[in-house]
Amino acid sequence: MITRRKLIANTLKGMAALSLPAAAFEILTPDRLNAIIYNDPAKVRYVFLVDTNKCVGCGLCVKACKNENEIPYDANVTRTWVERYIITRDERHEVLEKVFADSPKGARDGFITGQIDLGHGNIYMPKKEDIDKAFFVPKLCNQCDNPACVQVCPVGATYQADDGVVLIDRKWCIGCGYCVMGCPYGVRFFHPVHRVADKCNFCYHRIKKGMKTACVDACPFGARLIGNYKDPDDAVTRIINTKRVGVLKEEFGTRPQVFYLGLSMEVR
Amino acid sequence: MKSHVWRPLYLAAGLLALFLIARYIYVPKDFGTGERGYRYSFHRIGNEDEWKAFKVKYKGTEYCKDCHSDKYQQIMKSRHAIIACENCHGPAIDHPENPAKLAKETNREHCLRCHLRLPYPTSGRSAIRGIYPGEHNPGAPCSACHNPHKPQEGLR
Repeated sequence: MITRRKLIANTLKGMAALSLPAAAFEILTPDRLNAIIYNDPAKVRYVFLVDTNKCVGCGLCVKACKNENEIPYDANVTRTWVERYIITRDERHEVLEKVFADSPKGARDGFITGQIDLGHGNIYMPKKEDIDKAFFVPKLCNQCDNPACVQVCPVGATYQADDGVVLIDRKWCIGCGYCVMGCPYGVRFFHPVHRVADKCNFCYHRIKKGMKTACVDACPFGARLIGNYKDPDDAVTRIINTKRVGVLKEEFGTRPQVFYLGLSMEVR
Repeated sequence: MKSHVWRPLYLAAGLLALFLIARYIYVPKDFGTGERGYRYSFHRIGNEDEWKAFKVKYKGTEYCKDCHSDKYQQIMKSRHAIIACENCHGPAIDHPENPAKLAKETNREHCLRCHLRLPYPTSGRSAIRGIYPGEHNPGAPCSACHNPHKPQEGLR
């Protein structure tokens, strides 16, 4: 039976419940809770910006990276590389026809010939008048916010540090190669000396000392920049937030943190 | 209860204890997670410091500037000022202690990284003055005529 006392009490309870914000009913995931608890504006999230308009394919970044990170110089592995894209048109000059892409030795020695190695001993020398577009695209680890390589590691040897950089524990890696297969960008390889998985780590030893990465310092043209996305006044952050930037293979859902200016649809 | 019930139970308990002891010994004490939780940052925390302790080899142009101020001033006036010293002279590492002398790049291929003529539209490469190495004094070292620290001041 509804008494006056009950009615007033229930009305007050109902009003109190209605006045609660919607956020009180939100179910928090551990990730989200962590982000709220540890949300410190002084923290760092390293991001990279590549301006492909500025790259001339000198390959000094690749050389510096190999020396800095002790990647065997003559082995066919590298943490960063530069790709050359040449897009030619057909004879009637109507439509874009063919895309040629190469990266001899990862561009460790730059592009010191106009010829493109098509494989199987075939060499192609594009004629100047046939070239519609030709440009260079530097590649490196994207330090994804949703790294596929980390999720597949069965032993916890590869992980994402709090600043967003994905690192590999060389003592813990068993060399199973799941991460090498898991990376959609193909940035991982087997280190021939340490016999573990290896990849670009944004020169972790340098950026943690306040230096720039070896490739950023080596680039004469300013085509490579590293910044902190959690600092709104950072020069790189401002470019990412205000200019038209692209990322590689967005459809994989990896949320890459290497941004490109002047990306073309032919770049994969 | 009969012993044939207890025996497999003891065995299972023993195996479990063995597994826990082995895990306690084998897994490092600092195995844990960072901000990204178990999905992305389950790792040996000490590994972050191992990477931070990695040796820096490229010290940057500022490192060279004090001892080699004459060369520094010279190149800073030229269009080659954008090229870091170590790009041609090699990583400083602990120079002058180790190595005492840096091995500089003097071959034609090093200059051709930028100065090979590649007529590429939509690339900055075509804006750089370049040569066709087969036609421009083939075989001769670039530095025989050009001073890389003073590229605009004519031939030697």
